[in-house]
Amino acid sequence: MSKRTHISTTVNGDPVEFLSDPGVTLLDALRDELQLTGAKEGCGSGDCGACSVMLDGRLVCSCLVLAVEAEDRRIETIEGMAQGGELHPLQQKFLEHAALQCGFCTPGLLVASKALLDQNPDPTETEVRYWLAGNLCRCTGYDKIIRAVMDAAAELRQARRVA
Amino acid sequence: MTDVMDKPALKVVGTRPIRPDGVDKVTGRAAYGADFAMPGMIWGKIKRSPHAHARIVSIDTKKARALPGVKAVVTAADFPDLASQEFEAGESASNLRDMSLNVMARGKALYKGHAVAAVAAASPQIAQAALELIEVTYEVLPHVIDVEAAMAPGAPLLHDHLYTEGLDEHPAAPSNIAKRNRLERGDLAAGFAAAEVIVEGRYVTQAVHQGYIEPHACVCAMSQDGQAQVWSSSQGQFMVRTYSAKILGIDAANIRVTPAEIGGGFGGKTVVYLEPVALALSRQSGLPVKMVMTREEVFEATGPTSGAVVEVKLGAKKDGRIVAAEVELKYQAGAFPGSPVGAGSMTALAVYDIENFRITGWDVVTNTPKVAAYRAPGAPISAFGVESAVDDLALKLGMDPIAIRELNGVRNGVKASYGPTFRDIGFQETLAAAKAHPHWSAPLGPNQGRGVAAGFWFNIGGESTAAVHINEDGGAVVATGNPDIGGSRASMAMMAAEVLGLPVEKVRPIVADTASIGFSMLTGGSRTTFATGMAVTQAAEKIVADLKRRAGLLWDVPVDQIAWEGGAAHCLDPRKDVKPLTLAALAAQSGKTGGPISAEVAINAQGAGPGFGVHICDVEIDRETGHVSVVRYTAVQDVGKAIHPAYVEGQIQGGAVQGIGWALNEEYVFDREGRMENPGFLDYRVPVASDLPMIDAVMVEVPNPRHPFGAKGVGEVPIVPPLAAVANAVRGALGVRMSELPMSPPKVRAVLDSL
Repeated sequence: MSKRTHISTTVNGDPVEFLSDPGVTLLDALRDELQLTGAKEGCGSGDCGACSVMLDGRLVCSCLVLAVEAEDRRIETIEGMAQGGELHPLQQKFLEHAALQCGFCTPGLLVASKALLDQNPDPTETEVRYWLAGNLCRCTGYDKIIRAVMDAAAELRQARRVA
Repeated sequence: MTDVMDKPALKVVGTRPIRPDGVDKVTGRAAYGADFAMPGMIWGKIKRSPHAHARIVSIDTKKARALPGVKAVVTAADFPDLASQEFEAGESASNLRDMSLNVMARGKALYKGHAVAAVAAASPQIAQAALELIEVTYEVLPHVIDVEAAMAPGAPLLHDHLYTEGLDEHPAAPSNIAKRNRLERGDLAAGFAAAEVIVEGRYVTQAVHQGYIEPHACVCAMSQDGQAQVWSSSQGQFMVRTYSAKILGIDAANIRVTPAEIGGGFGGKTVVYLEPVALALSRQSGLPVKMVMTREEVFEATGPTSGAVVEVKLGAKKDGRIVAAEVELKYQAGAFPGSPVGAGSMTALAVYDIENFRITGWDVVTNTPKVAAYRAPGAPISAFGVESAVDDLALKLGMDPIAIRELNGVRNGVKASYGPTFRDIGFQETLAAAKAHPHWSAPLGPNQGRGVAAGFWFNIGGESTAAVHINEDGGAVVATGNPDIGGSRASMAMMAAEVLGLPVEKVRPIVADTASIGFSMLTGGSRTTFATGMAVTQAAEKIVADLKRRAGLLWDVPVDQIAWEGGAAHCLDPRKDVKPLTLAALAAQSGKTGGPISAEVAINAQGAGPGFGVHICDVEIDRETGHVSVVRYTAVQDVGKAIHPAYVEGQIQGGAVQGIGWALNEEYVFDREGRMENPGFLDYRVPVASDLPMIDAVMVEVPNPRHPFGAKGVGEVPIVPPLAAVANAVRGALGVRMSELPMSPPKVRAVLDSL
């Protein structure tokens, strides 16, 4: 096997280092080297979105990124979404709306939804549907997910107005 | 059993609390099959056949074994060569030999992707490299995929010893037809002779996959004394134990299975693929072995459900009364017998009361992965044919499509086409709710069409165990043996909380491993909330009886003078001046009244009420591209009593969308060599958020009197009507019936071109 490379990166605000084979994906490195198993592998080809993470503020499928590409970059995963003991409004709304059944696609959907609301605080239903078209959910039929995202967006807008 | 109607107002059941496993699932903390790791673990991978049908001449594993880092290599030679033997396991009978041969091919590979060998190595990369060093010599054989081609004389034979069962005479020669089944009543010829209008159709569906987002995964560790631990994602930890023990020829007592969280199943995780292989690799290496399938492996070597050909002929009087029906069902079983054609036959006409009918089902082996259960197995396919034909009949008679279903639909007291007599069913109520829904009378736009279709599923009960333990502070733990695939922890906790009089947050539901709870059938057949819920309710009722007895001891009052209400014992004896004793107070004094408060109930639940659905679908056709979009969708279903309405709606919405995918997009596509051409989510396209409108789920609550809260299964009914509901809507929009699924853009374009 090839020699392993030393990677220094930032995950959810913390500096981390690990060793990686050149062919290993960021997803596998997160899961197997850093024990961050919140991002899931559903397809390994960037088609299901279950492995969605943020890389330098951009939404990516971590199964399509090599671990070595994480050098000096900023990674955010589902594990960093709740702040301390408090859930992000999206997480709370997913719970309240029953927007998950098996829950396997949920981390990816939450990361992707947060990326949307960070750049578009007032999306239409159609915009939410198209933004989340890369995140497959086989259980819910998407209905409750879309409602949860719309509701979280409204709550975040309200919070911003109050602030 | 208590009459539902006598129940006092429910406080917890019927509300929408946040599910107890929810926070773990939205924070990424929940551990699914592939999330588990063990110290010293190695990685297993499977070598699979590149051919759809081939004799395995030889397998040379020497080079793979010599690769540094490789710890074990297994082939069929490492598994017992089992005799053909039917055994009851889970929802239906399985053949032990077939199950073993599907896990690891012996002698012949029967489909592209069939496992022929496996390795375990220090890293996934080494395991992958070792797979390529295993040399398999094949003699490629002619293959057959299409169900009717497989039935034809002279078709390539998969199994030399397969003789069709169920024929009037024992066949002289083997064939690919494993079985013929038949359901009939009345006089078919007389029925058609009396008919004034006849419609006929031939309907074709392709194999579709359950498409759960989580690929199969497990970690298995067998120690030198033969005792094994298994962590895996499945629809039943007991099913994994039974199958693994039988395939390996070891005692069930030697296997303990701990269920991981399950990332979807829909029936597709009611069988084992990896666990026996990982156990064999662990036995050989002495190390824990982790195995995870790729998406390509999931498509090529697990599931799907059958592709099929369905022929339907209906005869009716001018007033719309159906007097004769003939249905022929030809279902692909995949490499081994066992398509869901039996259930397809039993459900085909289950929503109708028809005097004369004959249903014939054919179970046919083909060079494709062995089919697995998929949500209401068999029923969507036969319903697609029958509900399309009923629509054509309504059109021919100039009748409203809901009215024709009301006229012919089953009611209480009708003898079902599959045998029993219906009682306490809600089909007519469901039709009435569909007719009254504003969707049914809303105007349609240009290029739009509206379709309606009905569907039926039996729902089942079966063996379940539940234990309820009272904590020293008056809270409770509910342990059951069923994986939580869609929110069952919530419904278990709610039913226990209701009986005990606790807030639901005080009840912690646990999915126990096979060594910590008594046997439970797998999570399937829409049985868990009904059957396991019944075990939970009965265990909680035992606790209440015990608590009343203990309060009686403390008060020195006979137990019939004590009532349990609002989570406390109340003394009914007016001579006693005592305050109610809460569950917490009784728990705190349990040492004085007999020790720990705990109850376990093991039952074989009966009385699962069958479910009916009526779906309304509006589509719009893009005449330029042939693309069909669903613009409005309403799914009405009788659900008994909804324990957690939000998760019942979720089941209805999810099932409807899987059915929409089946109708419009999903299909296995094979090349000339019998290899699947689209084994990934890019080309096997399941519905995505932007393909869909909101799905209006309407719950009709006709309580099931045989469940303490009136519950019935809800998970399977919603995938039965959509295939025909969409097809009937497309017929409305195009003015022409499309009878082959999926109604994908090229096929719709072809129809548009022919107009």
